[in-house]
Amino acid sequence: MLDAAWLICAFPLAGFVLLVLFGRRLGEPAAGWLATAAMTGAFAAAAAVFFALMSRDAADRRFVVTLFEWIPAGDFAVDAGLLIDPLSVTMALFVTGVGALIHVYAIGYMHGDGDFAKFFTYLNLFAFSMLVLVLGDNLVLTFLGWEGVGACSYLLISFWFSDEANAAAGKKAFITNRVGDWGFMLAIFWCFAALGSVRYLDLFGVAGSLSSTTATVIVVLLFAAAAGKSAQLPLFIWLPDAMAGPTPVSALIHAATMVTAGVYLLVRVNPLIAAADSWAPELIAWAGAGTALFAAAAATAQNDIKKVLAYSTVSQLGYMMLAVGSGAYVAAVFHMVTHAFFKALLFLGAGSVIHALHHKQDMRGYGALRAAMPITAGTFIVGWLAIAGVPPFAGFWSKDEILAHAWDHSVALWLVGIVTAVLTAFYMSRLVFMTFFGQSRHAVAAGIASGDGSASDVDVGVGSGSEPHEPPHEPSALMTAPLVVLAGAAAVAGFINLPFSSELHFLGDWLAPSLFGNEAHLASGAATQWLLAVVSLAGAALGIAVAAAVYLRQRLPARRFERPAAARAFYFDELWTRFVGGPGRRGFEAVAAFDAGVIDGAVNGVGRSVRAAAVTLRRAQSGFVRSYALLTAAGAVALLVWFLIRASV
Amino acid sequence: MVETVFAVSAVLILAGAVGVVVFRNPVHAALSLVLTLLGVAVLFVLNDAHFLAAVQVVVYAGAIVILFLFVIMLLGVDTAEKLRVEPIAGQRPLAVVVGAALAALLGTVVIIGADVLTGLRRSAGERALDGSASDIERIGRVLFGEFAFAVEVTAALLTVAVVGAVVLTRRTSRPRSAAAAADASLQDSDAGPDAPSTDAGRGQ
Amino acid sequence: MGPAGLSVGWYLALAVALFAVGGVGLLVRRNPLVMFMCVELMLNAVNVAFVALGAGLNDVGGQIAVFFVLVVAATEVVIGLALVVAINRRRAGATADDLTTLKG
Repeated sequence: MLDAAWLICAFPLAGFVLLVLFGRRLGEPAAGWLATAAMTGAFAAAAAVFFALMSRDAADRRFVVTLFEWIPAGDFAVDAGLLIDPLSVTMALFVTGVGALIHVYAIGYMHGDGDFAKFFTYLNLFAFSMLVLVLGDNLVLTFLGWEGVGACSYLLISFWFSDEANAAAGKKAFITNRVGDWGFMLAIFWCFAALGSVRYLDLFGVAGSLSSTTATVIVVLLFAAAAGKSAQLPLFIWLPDAMAGPTPVSALIHAATMVTAGVYLLVRVNPLIAAADSWAPELIAWAGAGTALFAAAAATAQNDIKKVLAYSTVSQLGYMMLAVGSGAYVAAVFHMVTHAFFKALLFLGAGSVIHALHHKQDMRGYGALRAAMPITAGTFIVGWLAIAGVPPFAGFWSKDEILAHAWDHSVALWLVGIVTAVLTAFYMSRLVFMTFFGQSRHAVAAGIASGDGSASDVDVGVGSGSEPHEPPHEPSALMTAPLVVLAGAAAVAGFINLPFSSELHFLGDWLAPSLFGNEAHLASGAATQWLLAVVSLAGAALGIAVAAAVYLRQRLPARRFERPAAARAFYFDELWTRFVGGPGRRGFEAVAAFDAGVIDGAVNGVGRSVRAAAVTLRRAQSGFVRSYALLTAAGAVALLVWFLIRASV
Repeated sequence: MVETVFAVSAVLILAGAVGVVVFRNPVHAALSLVLTLLGVAVLFVLNDAHFLAAVQVVVYAGAIVILFLFVIMLLGVDTAEKLRVEPIAGQRPLAVVVGAALAALLGTVVIIGADVLTGLRRSAGERALDGSASDIERIGRVLFGEFAFAVEVTAALLTVAVVGAVVLTRRTSRPRSAAAAADASLQDSDAGPDAPSTDAGRGQ
Repeated sequence: MGPAGLSVGWYLALAVALFAVGGVGLLVRRNPLVMFMCVELMLNAVNVAFVALGAGLNDVGGQIAVFFVLVVAATEVVIGLALVVAINRRRAGATADDLTTLKG
């Protein structure tokens, strides 16, 4: 079965090709079902591979399927090969699983859209690229997938491109990611120059004997790549804007799968991180912690429901980076999996709210939707409790493991983490209370939305404000069924890695072959861990309580908590704009001038001198065949003279 | 005896060659060429290459020169060329200089190298000339043994040449007036670009 | 030494002379047909050299080479004359100097 692992990638690719060729003819909803079938097939293949891998001994759970030689160029040989190991299969499982559910949801969500088939074409291409990224057995193949998901992300963010803001958001995501890709490419070059190979298994084989400087450089460059893709400081700015895309896209690409690629990459190269100087993982940990706190603070003041979730995603990705930097790779993957479930759930829930309210995204126009949308509200509350860190829901376990490792690593990191946890509980509770509880405000929504247009990039293109407003209602079963499944997963996913005893550490044992013993072990005793768990539980309770006091009971004025600076994400976008527009622009212009003057000058100079030479030489082309013959004969004479001189010397 | 034969045929060969160059009328030049070719055939006999001598007479002196004469007659280009005029300035003296230099240098090579070459290598086996087998049989064995691939390639070359000759000389099967018009427009197109009619003329 | 006792050098000297005469003829004549004949002269010079050297080196390879030169010469004449016919059909009485369309 392991040899057939290519099927995992082949299903979405086949779906993509079929949709490109026949998508328009299939139309709605057949195109969506075809894409869903492709994703389901991929999930089934991934599950089969998973069980086949399970049946092997732990030491044998690493397998390379080489499909064909991709780039044979002397010493630089790149195969199109799949690396099947616990880490990649875990990723493939939740990418295809969550992906299939979101495909089903999207059939309902995209109902009536003119580009229905195109949407699913992109989704399948995205899934294919993501699986290539995850399963590739070398850095170049991963990079191919990396660029593929980047391109799909761009296409899907600006899916409704007729609106200027959506197109701009797509471009912003693409260009910001380019900064990270630059790091990735340099890392690949460096790897090949220093190690002579770009295959992961070769890299891991020599990682131990690598000079720590080389390893550090590669790790820092890969972290730059991860910071771009996984939206870390300072490159996170694209992700909040990426919410311009359709909500299923936000759920699939910008919450559950693509943005975790950076975390995956760093977990994948854990032997290199282990070989690097100690400040490199430290940098990753602090960048992650800083991002987590920063984004959580920004999320407290957002009014657009999707922006809250976007900043929340950035913040949770920061947690994962914090885990990677602390050496807690299992915790990082654990949180990645649980986050995929509950964040996809939250986005899809938000999507069905937006759907019900005719594409209004401002939470100030929501309220009391619990009664109108009981399934959405119920599943959303599960997601809320999961992300807020309330046991026994999934988020509690994974976040707690990260915080325990952070405590082990440095108390300062733990403090940042716990403050972030309180803020997370607060902003998520605020979202839930504003949306599903309290009084209905959607009658007055239009006025608020028009008064604060800048803060919300509204999902335009399908809905229209001028329609007669029906009362909000539950969407079709196509959209609620994935919510229910994801809610179930978000509730129980924590049990794949329970901290109580080593037998319950299923995920940790499973991932061990991919981590080469680089996983950090908790030094603190059980008592400390219990204490930490209680503290984080108290933090969650505090966050929820404050939010309840402000938004449910109205005991405290909301204005004191919604800082304008936080609403603008502490003016980070403006900072970037000023940098890129000022010194950055001058730098680019200098480069452009160099290009025009020196590079183009050299090229044009060659061209000009060739032309001048040709003008002179064309006189020799008299058109008289006998003149040519004479010159040929003269050439023969010259050759003879040369030979004779050589022979006589 | 051998020296006499060589000397006579050498004189005939060179005389024929000079005749090809200096006769104004192409028919005379062709006949002069026959003289050279026959002289070369005699030299072949002198070197025991009897089969080649026969081929030289039949193919060269026979078929090829006949082909020349045939084309001369067909086109009516047997008009004398004005040898006194040379349109390209300096062509003729330069040609003589280059020709003389070529002869001198190659002659030097022969003088330096001929003795070195002679007896340098004695071939054995099929390619050796000492064997009792006849000229034709030996050539046949080597040609269809060692050089079989080259023979096949030559066959392809001949086929291509035949096809090329047919394509180049084929006339269109259009009505005569249209063909004449096309020919006229072709002549025009030499003077100035006249793309549509040129295309029509070449669309055969 | 050739089989008849005459030195190979004599044959080669004759071949050189013939080659040079043919070359000069090619350079000075304007009638394309005569130019082709001059090319034939040069090829024959090479043939003489081949046969003489083959005899001198006691190798049938010289004759084989002549055989192929013959074939190539025949091919060349066929194509060349076809070209002459095609050119004359467009421009009667054209000499090599009249065909200067490829002037740079």
